[in-house]
Amino acid sequence: MGQLRLVGGALGVAAAALTAAHAQDVQRGGTVIVHVNAEQGVLNPALRASTGVYQITGKFMEPLIELTYEGYEGVLATEWSSSADGREISFTLREGVNWHDGQPFTCEDVAFSAMNLWKPLLNYSSTLHANLEAVDCPDPHRAVFRYSQPMPLELIVAAMPDLGHPVPKHLYEGTDILRNPHNQAPVGTGPFRFGEYERGQYIIGLRNEDYWRGEEYPYLDRVIWRFIPDKAAAAAALEAEEIMESPFIGISMEDMRRLGDDPRFDMGPQGFEANTAHSTVEFNFRNPILADLRVRQAIYHALDIDFALQTIMRGYGQPGRGPIPSTGGENYTDDVPTYAYDVERARQLLDEAGYAPGPDGIRFRLRHRPAPWGEYTQLWAEYFVQAMREVGIAVELVTNDAPGFLTGVYRDHDFDTANGWHQFRSDPAVSTTVWLRSGAPAGTAWSNQFGYESAEMDRLIDEAAQELDPARRAELYHEVQRLAMTDLPVIFAIEHPFLGISNRKLMNHHNTPRWDSSSWYDLWVAE
Amino acid sequence: MPIPPILAYAALRVVKAVPILVLIMIGSFLLIKLAPGDTVDALVGDMGGADPAFVARLRAEYGLDQPVLVQLWLYLGKLARLDFGWSYVYEQPVLTVLTARLGNTLLLMASSLSIAFVFGVALGAFAARRAYSLTDNVISTLGLVFYAMPSFFLSLLMILLFSVTLGWLPVGGIRTIGAFNTGWADVVDVARHLVMPTAALSLIYLAFYMRLMRTSVLEVSELDFVRTARAKGAGETRLMVHHIMRNALLPVITLLGLQFSTVLGGSVIVETIFSLPGLGQLAYTSVVKRDLNMLMGIIALCSVVVVVVNILTDLVYAWLDPRIELK
Repeated sequence: MGQLRLVGGALGVAAAALTAAHAQDVQRGGTVIVHVNAEQGVLNPALRASTGVYQITGKFMEPLIELTYEGYEGVLATEWSSSADGREISFTLREGVNWHDGQPFTCEDVAFSAMNLWKPLLNYSSTLHANLEAVDCPDPHRAVFRYSQPMPLELIVAAMPDLGHPVPKHLYEGTDILRNPHNQAPVGTGPFRFGEYERGQYIIGLRNEDYWRGEEYPYLDRVIWRFIPDKAAAAAALEAEEIMESPFIGISMEDMRRLGDDPRFDMGPQGFEANTAHSTVEFNFRNPILADLRVRQAIYHALDIDFALQTIMRGYGQPGRGPIPSTGGENYTDDVPTYAYDVERARQLLDEAGYAPGPDGIRFRLRHRPAPWGEYTQLWAEYFVQAMREVGIAVELVTNDAPGFLTGVYRDHDFDTANGWHQFRSDPAVSTTVWLRSGAPAGTAWSNQFGYESAEMDRLIDEAAQELDPARRAELYHEVQRLAMTDLPVIFAIEHPFLGISNRKLMNHHNTPRWDSSSWYDLWVAE
Repeated sequence: MPIPPILAYAALRVVKAVPILVLIMIGSFLLIKLAPGDTVDALVGDMGGADPAFVARLRAEYGLDQPVLVQLWLYLGKLARLDFGWSYVYEQPVLTVLTARLGNTLLLMASSLSIAFVFGVALGAFAARRAYSLTDNVISTLGLVFYAMPSFFLSLLMILLFSVTLGWLPVGGIRTIGAFNTGWADVVDVARHLVMPTAALSLIYLAFYMRLMRTSVLEVSELDFVRTARAKGAGETRLMVHHIMRNALLPVITLLGLQFSTVLGGSVIVETIFSLPGLGQLAYTSVVKRDLNMLMGIIALCSVVVVVVNILTDLVYAWLDPRIELK
């Protein structure tokens, strides 16, 4: 229930929006066209866990559990519980739910999906379910997940909105799952059924007339996702009201702000709380200079986080406090060591480390790789170069596109410092702690690229992943944060939400913390 | 029955083109392999990460765990059977995606090039007849402006004016989504979507043709046979059409043939900005996503198109100037 506390502020906004919506009568029907940056080949969230996939398939396929501002809400599951030893997790499944082809949804589908897709084929989920032995179906509406090691219920529940989408067994059983045509034409239980995918242009979702929430849902007749790769063109489409919404900073920050001031649009971080990310500065411990803790501390002290927050993020965000963001519920703590902006202290630390400035004022040189994820990371890299120059560190930027960056940093470890962002997925065990744990082979994206090895960190991570007592588990994650902020393999400089912009005609928009990934059953348009 | 020399010539050119195409394919394959990262890196980047077993499984499935030369050999083997392979980004056969996109790009290229060519030639000839007058200066200056203006900038300006401010034309795409027009309504709809991209792409090339045509006409007008024709009392129009144009067009036709391939490059930007689902946009995404099969497919297709256009250019050349022999 930690989720309740952390989104208190946003809840107020949501409540206000809801009141406004109820003041008007809901209008049924209509089409909503929204912006998508990049094409998706696979439209199956049980095969590809990524925001780009959920954004579209969340309307067709539903997870067992969804995240709302009020906490976790059962979608295809209605109840969940864990056995005392944590080796059995049972879900009661919703009755009266049909797949879009009319077949009933049962435990068989969940068991099949878990054993044949989630565990072996779904990214992140293969780690989550590494100890999953079987899923039993004592009756059609009860699924029991059996694990060989204790599995915290909290972890499973937090992972479900992302990693808990079942597929219909009758369409997948006995086929080549990866080549199944329904990966491009999903059949789900959601409020919209898949209509048409015109590559490079659009995907159409049509109203599901047999939706389990009742005849009145969904309100819309159609949802259309339009692929617009160019940010400026997307902003123009929004302004010309050809599209109604653009999520995840899909247009440039300048246009975001300009259109945000236009009374026709709502702009802000609301609805993206569950997608909080950190802007990071990452170190390569293989470089002996950076292996020195004093140098890493000096670099942190040399960064004026507040300045960066105001100029790069335009005020959206807050200083980071370690690997878990403040939206991380009870697993988050702000009781960690911090490093205030202090250029003098930075210089002093560098002197102590034995890197006095040379005749040209330069102490040493670094090759820095910025990740190409949008505007933030590029601007961050430029700021990093400037800030380092202040303390006598010369930084050379090495820019690449995404595959080039990932290969350079994660496979070849060919960098001194890098910066990017790291998105938090509901629970630290899902994708955060792999960043700090040693032992990942080279080439695994978003694993320990730093070459950071700490027996203490590994122990904390492993213990927390199997700790059943939520309070004890949270305490272990607080330890992880403190240790990460002490050892500094990476600077979690700024915690920032994503931003979205939508036309005010949309009603009930951004009313859940992962709204763009959710089902939109209650979205409607006021004409 | 004797084969007409023109057909024999064309057939010979096609045969000669085969080894060139094979070399292009091998060269491109190796070049793409030099780029850091592969399809799997790009896919995993999109997903926001994955565990090592998952990455290894993907790589094995896509055959990316094999040595580069083995991959090349396998690829060429498939290509010999006209199998372009599978696109792991679009999760469709490469050929399906290519054929779906080719039409849009050809439409855009054909309309831009013909507009550029017709208006460029006309304006160039017109300016040359009034060389160094005010008209000539205005036309030449405009040409310079169009030539200097980057197409992305021109595109965005047009979107701002015609879509956002005036609301006359759609921002992008090839059809109105969800309108499901048929027949003439569909043709009109597509045409409306093509107005701005065509304008953006054609203006630069228009400037090219205009400059070249103007110079060429001025040059040809000084030649002896024109003077002779004029002395024999040929009217200005006849002089222009029969004597000057036919000869002045030669360098312009050469440029047209050469530019066919550069227009394809120019269409990358225009198609991306106007979210037109064509080959240009496809090439761009394929590079970014390291979709090797797709990219190779595009290169193959474009090479064929360029080779065919070159052959056609030479044929037109011979037709315009009978002194040129087809060998």
